[in-house]
Amino acid sequence: MRLFINKVVLILSTLAAILGLVFLFWILITFTIKGLSSINLYIFTHDLVDNGLRNLLIGQFVLAFIAVLIGVPIGMIAGIYLQEYSFGSKYADIIRNLSDVMMSAPSIVIGTFVYAIIVNPIGHMSGWAGAIALGIMMIPIVVRTTDDMLGLVPKELREAGVAIGAPKYKVIFDIILKAAKVGIMTGLLLAFARIVGETAPLLFTSGNSEFFTLDLNKEFPSLTVAIYNLATMPDKHLVDIAWAGAFILTFFVLIINLLGRYIVKEKK
Amino acid sequence: METLFKRLSAFSATIILLILTSIFVVLFIYAKPAIKEYGIKFLVDPRWGVVVENQVSSTQIQSSMDTSINSDTSINDDEDIPMDVDIPTDSDIPTDSDLVGQDNDIPTDNDFLAQTNTPTKAKVIYGGLIPIVGTILSTLIAMFFAVPIAMGIAIFLSEIAPPFVAKPVGIAIELLAAIPSIIYGMWGLFYFGPFVAKIFGGSSVSLLVAGLVLGIMIIPFMASLTRDSMNTTPNVLKESAYAMGATKFEVIKDVIFPYAKKGIIGSMILALGRALGETMAVAFVIGGVFNLPKKLTDPTVSIPVVLANNFAESSGMSLSALFYLALILFVISFIVISFAKFYFLRDKK
Repeated sequence: MRLFINKVVLILSTLAAILGLVFLFWILITFTIKGLSSINLYIFTHDLVDNGLRNLLIGQFVLAFIAVLIGVPIGMIAGIYLQEYSFGSKYADIIRNLSDVMMSAPSIVIGTFVYAIIVNPIGHMSGWAGAIALGIMMIPIVVRTTDDMLGLVPKELREAGVAIGAPKYKVIFDIILKAAKVGIMTGLLLAFARIVGETAPLLFTSGNSEFFTLDLNKEFPSLTVAIYNLATMPDKHLVDIAWAGAFILTFFVLIINLLGRYIVKEKK
Repeated sequence: METLFKRLSAFSATIILLILTSIFVVLFIYAKPAIKEYGIKFLVDPRWGVVVENQVSSTQIQSSMDTSINSDTSINDDEDIPMDVDIPTDSDIPTDSDLVGQDNDIPTDNDFLAQTNTPTKAKVIYGGLIPIVGTILSTLIAMFFAVPIAMGIAIFLSEIAPPFVAKPVGIAIELLAAIPSIIYGMWGLFYFGPFVAKIFGGSSVSLLVAGLVLGIMIIPFMASLTRDSMNTTPNVLKESAYAMGATKFEVIKDVIFPYAKKGIIGSMILALGRALGETMAVAFVIGGVFNLPKKLTDPTVSIPVVLANNFAESSGMSLSALFYLALILFVISFIVISFAKFYFLRDKK
């Protein structure tokens, strides 16, 4: 009887695993087939107004890149504080936990927040607002990564630095950050992969634009927002463009993730 | 230089605190008109964008109001007018505090109707019941669907599968957790929705489809976290149980689960928090109509979806009501996530 129950449970959980995997691969295969069939050179060289994706791809990348410029310095320095300057104080603990909570806060709420503080006072949506929303999303991820990676640096390295009389900031920049470089880079890469696919915070901050623009004061083209708009259109051709965009996005995010893994493996 | 950097770093850390509190404060400020107007009964009011007025030329006013509010309202009116009639639906929810609010509510409505007999004055009511119910139900469906499958995957990966299977499958699961949620939504709209509609009947956009897509989306996340916490069980414990003649199931049930219980529950709550606040995966498949679902296959709406669809074209009271919803969502998910963090996933630092 025990053996029978054992068998039943093992079979059930294997089946559950297979069922889950079937769904997940179903998604991937659909996207590959649909995406590949609607991808061509045309969409890379034309803007959305001419049924292409060029302005969207560039726009999304610009938004994410500015978000990195906002989120990474703040997040990294905050992470350094938590690990190097706080000396395990209560305050640092609170910040650490809050940052974790913020990491899982609903992304659309961050969108509404940025709408309230930037879009509403200015009166229209802008690329800056979208980039700031993504930047805010990125900060806690970077804090977490930096905090974790610096925690792995052996204490002896720090002591060696201090022993030769280097000031603490020099120890941090020249020794500790160098030692943790690979880990932090990987973390940043994954953080980038995460925000590049975000839609919800952009819906009413950056909006979307059909034209090619690099002017961050106006509504800014965004791939994910465009996918959302296009996929619900009745026009089949527009839906096909959305499939192509979605495929490129998925592909890009997976490549970054694989790259991150590869770097970690190289290190070991 | 040294002190400068130290100050800077402390300041950056404080920024996190600042952002989090200012999110709360800003949402509260913007939601204040709605909070003042509707109070706590916002939570149980199923009417959204319903024009309450009592004049002879009602159709005229209504149509002029509709154009001034937003495009969605005009659609919702068809759904909501019957609900407007049976206001007592609220009293289906028999929590005592609600009933108290209810008693106050109906007379004030009547007072209002009695007082304002001028045809120019009309009032738009916004209530959050439908999106709140939609959010909670879709999350519950997602959890019911995702928990067994994610547990199955975690058990399979950590205990059953040989390493040469477990490793690539594990990596695949982690990669799937990284896929943007809009992808899941789009797949749900074009493939999964019709598939579910074929089996259960009803429309291809519905509460059920939304819940299932959400569930599929959180499976990889939940499975990889659960597997990680199951893998923390020391091998010595497992081996000694096997040495006693325990079967694999008994080891899982009596050794691994008790050991990794907190981590497993914590990861489930984290996944729950993620499902609560998810926008894009749901926006495609929930339907986006203000309609209190009577069966699972009815289309409805959830808080993030209301925000996503109506935010850009709202102003005045409707915008404030949306901020009220955002505040509710933020508070709920804040509580859920902090609960998971502080109670179950406490770091052993």
